[in-house]
Amino acid sequence: MDRDQDRIDTFSRRAFVVGGIQGLLLTTLVGRLGWLQISQSQRYRMLAENNRINVKLVAPPRGLIIDRMGKLLAINDQNFRLVIIPEQTAKLDDTLRRLQKHIDLSEKDIERLKKQSKKNTPFFPLEVRENLDWETVSRIEVNLPDLPGVAIDVGEVRSYPMAQATAHILGYVGAVSKGEDNIDPLLKMPGFKIGKTGLEKTYDLELRGKAGTSEVEVNVVGREVRELRRTSPSAGKTLQLTIDAELQAFTQARLLEQRSASAVVMDARSGELYALSSSPSFNPNEFAKGIPADLWEQLLADPGLPLNNKAVGGSYPPGSTFKMITALAGLEAGIINENTVVFCPGHYQLGNARFHCWKRGGHGTVNVVRALAESCDTYFYKMAVDLGINRISEMARRFGLGQRLDVELPEERAGLMPTTQWKRQTMADKVWHPGESIVCSIGQGYVQATPLQLAVMTARLVNGGYAVKPWLTGYVGDVPTHDQPWEKIGVKSKHLELIMKGMDRVVNYPGGTALGSRITDEGMGMGGKTGTSQVKRITADERARGVKQEDLPWKFRHHGLFVGYAPVDNPRYVCAVVVEHGGGGSAVAAPIARDLLLQAQKLNPRSRGLRPVSKNEQPAESFPPRKPKNLSGEG
Amino acid sequence: MALSFDIHTDQTLKQKIINLNWGLMALITLIAVIGFVALYSAAAGNLEPWASKQMIRFGVFLVMMIAIALIDIRFWYKISYPLFGIGFVLLVIVEFMGQIGMGAQRWINLGFIQIQPSELMKVAMVMALARYFHSARLDDMRRLSFLLLPALMVLLPVGLVLLQPNLGTATIMVVNGATLLFIAGAPIWLYLLGGAALVALVPLVWHFYMHDYQKQRVLTFLDPESDPLGAGYHITQSKIALGSGGFDGRGFLQGTQSKLNFLPEKQTDFIFTLWAEEWGLLGGAFLLLLFGLVFVYCAWIAFRCRHAYGRFLVFGLMVNFSLYMFINVAMVMGLIPVVGIPLPLVSYGGTAMMACMIGFGLIMSASVHRDSRLAKF
Repeated sequence: MDRDQDRIDTFSRRAFVVGGIQGLLLTTLVGRLGWLQISQSQRYRMLAENNRINVKLVAPPRGLIIDRMGKLLAINDQNFRLVIIPEQTAKLDDTLRRLQKHIDLSEKDIERLKKQSKKNTPFFPLEVRENLDWETVSRIEVNLPDLPGVAIDVGEVRSYPMAQATAHILGYVGAVSKGEDNIDPLLKMPGFKIGKTGLEKTYDLELRGKAGTSEVEVNVVGREVRELRRTSPSAGKTLQLTIDAELQAFTQARLLEQRSASAVVMDARSGELYALSSSPSFNPNEFAKGIPADLWEQLLADPGLPLNNKAVGGSYPPGSTFKMITALAGLEAGIINENTVVFCPGHYQLGNARFHCWKRGGHGTVNVVRALAESCDTYFYKMAVDLGINRISEMARRFGLGQRLDVELPEERAGLMPTTQWKRQTMADKVWHPGESIVCSIGQGYVQATPLQLAVMTARLVNGGYAVKPWLTGYVGDVPTHDQPWEKIGVKSKHLELIMKGMDRVVNYPGGTALGSRITDEGMGMGGKTGTSQVKRITADERARGVKQEDLPWKFRHHGLFVGYAPVDNPRYVCAVVVEHGGGGSAVAAPIARDLLLQAQKLNPRSRGLRPVSKNEQPAESFPPRKPKNLSGEG
Repeated sequence: MALSFDIHTDQTLKQKIINLNWGLMALITLIAVIGFVALYSAAAGNLEPWASKQMIRFGVFLVMMIAIALIDIRFWYKISYPLFGIGFVLLVIVEFMGQIGMGAQRWINLGFIQIQPSELMKVAMVMALARYFHSARLDDMRRLSFLLLPALMVLLPVGLVLLQPNLGTATIMVVNGATLLFIAGAPIWLYLLGGAALVALVPLVWHFYMHDYQKQRVLTFLDPESDPLGAGYHITQSKIALGSGGFDGRGFLQGTQSKLNFLPEKQTDFIFTLWAEEWGLLGGAFLLLLFGLVFVYCAWIAFRCRHAYGRFLVFGLMVNFSLYMFINVAMVMGLIPVVGIPLPLVSYGGTAMMACMIGFGLIMSASVHRDSRLAKF
């Protein structure tokens, strides 16, 4: 019994030790639980929320672009995507095979999808095909019961109803490139498109809108359990353009007859652009959907440069269309007046150098009006020597040449208006030679201008001397872009009238270089100036042999240019046309300009459209307000 | 003393039922009910697939437990060795079947329930050890030759379990056996020596025995942040769940970590996390308190036993039960590496609950028959 008692005592002692250890362990556990749940609670609560809540962005619809009449130029089309959700189909392979009956699906596609399905979580929809046409969509919808896991998903794709006709104005959208990422989280969304060229690029921020958010509760594999909160995205702003879609389409079609040409139709007083075309063009809808590589190569290889907006980005020697500037510079400088005459023997001699007039026999005695009307080179050669390049250049700048005019297109170029200083700074041969002034005086040599600049130059010449600038966008959302009057340039009206008289005669009087393109419709007559700019120097040998333009390879032929305005007695519309390697301006460019100005006057975009999109149908009374004050707007 | 000695020796069934430990049974049921609530929540407010099954099982095992409790302790005493033998044979069979035909299966299918022999072995081992120490004198305990047999009783099944390999169960069996030897009076220096040997063994075990995933678990335990999406994921997510529960919890059915499956194995090994996420420190501490009360209750029963068999059996089973609980809860709190040990009575699963309820049946049997006379030989 004693021994038994010993055992019991031992048991009791040691059991207490074990019990003590257990108690200690239990206390530790409770302490640990308390530490986790009280002092660390905040931190872990936050981690749990991070685990559980995913903030997703909801893409806003991109802003529309409409013409001055409200016609849709850039819209968001429904993009029907065919997706397959692997977890909803028993056998992915079977479903894909069955899908082959309805759409063209290669083995490669099937392999790709199977590979993707292994990489992603099974509820993640895989895109089989996008941009389905309506017929395919309906065929698949009908067969959906046979196609478990297949679904049609609707997204948005940018679409341009006028396709080629507005491609260069609107530009196109594309996927965000590396390096373009900025702070806007929208850009990180898969499939998000931003403006790449044209107005789409310039107004990308306005068109883009603001992202909405959707807070969703997700489980451990990322499956969405429910939506907790949602803020709606705000759509991008609508752009209303000054462009008249009808005139734009007409212009584009008219240019299509040439291998490579561009044209601008503008309001002489307000600077509104009614049409701005560059041909050949491209179909931006193919860009929005992802362009096939071969088509892209083809566009890049085309000598007509369909991807370039030549109306704002093409620089050409303006040729004789520049003569108004030289004449005006001479008039303003007092070197000539309306009575100054020059005898043209068909060339001009400066030292040893002989400068030819385009008319081999010469024009005889000409004054400034006739010099413009018949485009006598000799008259300007002589004047240029007295004027010097800097005064010509100064006048050209005042009329918009040699500088960017801040049109809303990123492709705009500045052209070039040389000065002695410019040559000193950029050329190896730093000295400016008088012969160079002679060449520049007729818009050749270093002088480079874009069709847009030529249109602006013409507008400034015929609108009474106001420094209009071109613009494409009338409204961004409900806010008008222009509401200030233009400044006066400060040249004498007398001189401008003289220039306009010359331009009138170019078209409307016998001997004028564009007499063949005269508009005979009552009250719609145009004035203008032809230009033919040399691409390649004409050698003495060629001159002697009388080589015809048609015999030269296309790329060596002259550019044909024309700047014009109408109506001739009360200028409202101006127009500039450049036909690349088209030959003489009077032959190819003037007829186009005639058609454009005639069409512009018939459509008369000035009197219609351009109103706030979301407001009433009435044209805004004070619009376009940005026009010179002392020129009363007429109907 | 002699007068009171026979009071409970020959009881009628009615007396036995009255003498059942209703308080202990209430504690066990309360813990199990917490399990039901947690499983109901784990299934996002559904009885299916876990809570209902668990309730049925608990009902069945409760009846079984009472039946075991009513059977005379002398019967259990007698079949202690045979049971141990059967358990050992089962373990061998499963080990070989597992290796030959069925991959890593460690259980036997009895139709309504799948049994892991290793779970039953833990109970049988305690019974056999108690049986062995019942007749031991204190002097015997000082002799190493006397301790050889019980050591084998522990180490042979542990060896088989290790072969499976099931480190968690093996650890529990070793600690459980060692504790029994300790309270039976084994010399202290043996434990000091054993502790030293263990320290020496650690590098060997690390190199030659442990699987890569087990090593990974230990490494991640030491630095869970190092691998937040891999092996450290379980610990990290469990701590997030516990911590976000706060003092009063996120509310019934409101635990986001478990609802959204961030919490792995939420219905089995991590059930405590789920409970404490939704019911907070209040709920978690309450559950731990219930476990503590069960331990105290069992210890009290052990002290009241008049026979050594009962004392060792009860205490041994209680330690076994507590080891499960300590290891599981310490694991989900990130105090020890992840081991696949369920929380007894709470975690979903049949075998563990059955082993547990058999254990409590035996404990109650010892309690009901605490005054039985057991031969000492």
